[in-house]
Amino acid sequence: MFTELNNLLNTAPDRAEQGKLTLLCDAKTDGSFLVNHFLSFYLKANCKVCFVALIQSFSHYNIVGQKLGVSLTTARECGQLVFLEGLKSSVDVFFQAQEEPHPLQFLRETNAGNLQPLYEFVREALKPVDNRGAAWRCPVLLVDDLSVLLSLGMGAVAVLDFIHYCRATVCWELKGNVVALVHDSGDAEDEENDILLNGLSHQSHLILRAEGLATGFCRDVHGQLRILWRRPSQPTAQRDQSLTYQYKIQDKSVSFFAKGMSPAVL
Amino acid sequence: MAAVATGGMGAESSGSMVAAAGKSNVTSFQRRGTRASGTDSGGPRLVSIAGTRPSVRNGQLLVSTGLPALDQLLGGGLAVGTVLLIEEDKYNIYSPLLFKYFLAEGIINGHTLLVASAKEDPADILQELPAPLIEENSKKEFDKDEGNCKTLESNIKMKIAWRYQLLPKMEQVKPTSSSRFGHYYDASKRIPQELIEASKWHGFFLPEKISSPLKVEPCSLTLGYIMLLQFIQNIIYEEGFDGSNPQKKQKNILRIGIQNLGSPLWGDDICCTENCDNSHSLTKFLYVLRGLLRNSLSACIITMPTHLIQNKGVIARVTNLSDTVVGLESFIGSERETNPLYKDYHGLIHIRQIPRLNNLICDESDVKDLAFKLKRKLFTIE
Repeated sequence: MFTELNNLLNTAPDRAEQGKLTLLCDAKTDGSFLVNHFLSFYLKANCKVCFVALIQSFSHYNIVGQKLGVSLTTARECGQLVFLEGLKSSVDVFFQAQEEPHPLQFLRETNAGNLQPLYEFVREALKPVDNRGAAWRCPVLLVDDLSVLLSLGMGAVAVLDFIHYCRATVCWELKGNVVALVHDSGDAEDEENDILLNGLSHQSHLILRAEGLATGFCRDVHGQLRILWRRPSQPTAQRDQSLTYQYKIQDKSVSFFAKGMSPAVL
Repeated sequence: MAAVATGGMGAESSGSMVAAAGKSNVTSFQRRGTRASGTDSGGPRLVSIAGTRPSVRNGQLLVSTGLPALDQLLGGGLAVGTVLLIEEDKYNIYSPLLFKYFLAEGIINGHTLLVASAKEDPADILQELPAPLIEENSKKEFDKDEGNCKTLESNIKMKIAWRYQLLPKMEQVKPTSSSRFGHYYDASKRIPQELIEASKWHGFFLPEKISSPLKVEPCSLTLGYIMLLQFIQNIIYEEGFDGSNPQKKQKNILRIGIQNLGSPLWGDDICCTENCDNSHSLTKFLYVLRGLLRNSLSACIITMPTHLIQNKGVIARVTNLSDTVVGLESFIGSERETNPLYKDYHGLIHIRQIPRLNNLICDESDVKDLAFKLKRKLFTIE
């Protein structure tokens, strides 16, 4: 969890908003630090988290999590975190026929499969438990990242449907949050990915967009972050407010500063 | 990442040590790392597999790419359990060299090799590996090695002798052990025949495999990819590279090399049309391959003719699904050949992606514009 980013977003673990869809997006840079931020943020906020991790292994997230002050192992043991490790499951699904439908069942299917098993998995993971119902605050679904689903043969519409179902269940029914990362392919002309990105940008409440610098590689500035709020409840003057900051990733934190105000320059 | 924290991946002593380090926080990780590369006696125990060393930055086990200059650019080497993707140059002249350096480095260190190709017979590829250049001080020992090999005359005994000779060197202090990690090769000479015979390797030659009838259940992958995945999975499980079944013998690294992946020879049509039916074949293959690698003691090099792929979106997805991506661009046939600025070089090397493992930041070098040249013997990057 990066305190500076919390300040920019005007939030803190003890007053996390509910019922929001946050879209994380990266173009020409790596936006995974945002995923790690939200993972540790919601674990600290005492939320029940379902993490669909398709791009890295558990130990990677665990070690980064430790740097940010949360232990994924403990969270998983006490039931706060439900972790779906895509890389590991893909091997199991691919080489052995499963008896019951696996969340990533579509890997085996010949024609374009559907994401229903994955949605069932999320719903099952986040559904409130009666006996200890008050233990966790709100459920959160975190996906890293949705672009991988496209690479695995899903259509953009199938992924959008999946997110729509998750939104209806998690955000509306359970008053929780959904956070998802999508790569922006930029000039690579990946049509499916563009459909997915535009579709999600249209429905999300908050968009965090990490971009590489237009001027190229720089040692002291790793990129810039654009924050776009889409809050209908606010007066019109403040709606659709967009802010841009530059950032530098450090070993355990990220420092943000206004454009051109890098400490190295000043 | 998987390779470190699953435990039991290194030899027993180092496995527990690494696992302990994984549980504590970063600072201890770094302390152990620096100690390992220092002169402390406890350090070298971490390096239990020949030709590997732990990364100072993230505790990840690294192997050399066979090109010390490239190792340096990639933050010390290639992490075990990750994929290195080489984007081939236009006429495919320089990328096979990197491919062969990687394999030759494996032979020198006694690693098991897995060579997959749709074009050349893997046995022929091995014959053409470059010969290692031995530094003066270790030359004597090396000659002794070869002397031993000749007198024993048996492959198995030869391998034991070869490994045995390596062991004491690993326990020496930094200067010698780091010279064991990464070698220089003479591209004009071929690797000594006895080294190839002593090494353990598996070959996957697509035309050979495809002629043998095999029942494969229908899947959305191209047939060649399914067979290769099953082949790799078999080797990993049978020889215990997955670390799940602890074996008595010494742990070893599996080096996987896949040549010209995605080319029409693999039965893939992404090079031919922009909107093809099985455009997800390649990305699915890479995803499952990555899953296999993350849970095993192996490193993989893939060369891919990305300039042939018609759909740019596929390239972006492939990049996202591999860990390290290095692009080669040769000057042959381009305007730059006549540019006086580049007259000493043969091409440009682009570091496109460096993985972030167990870390928020990656080991990025400060320079991004690099050129390479192939001297008579050496491949250099500047």
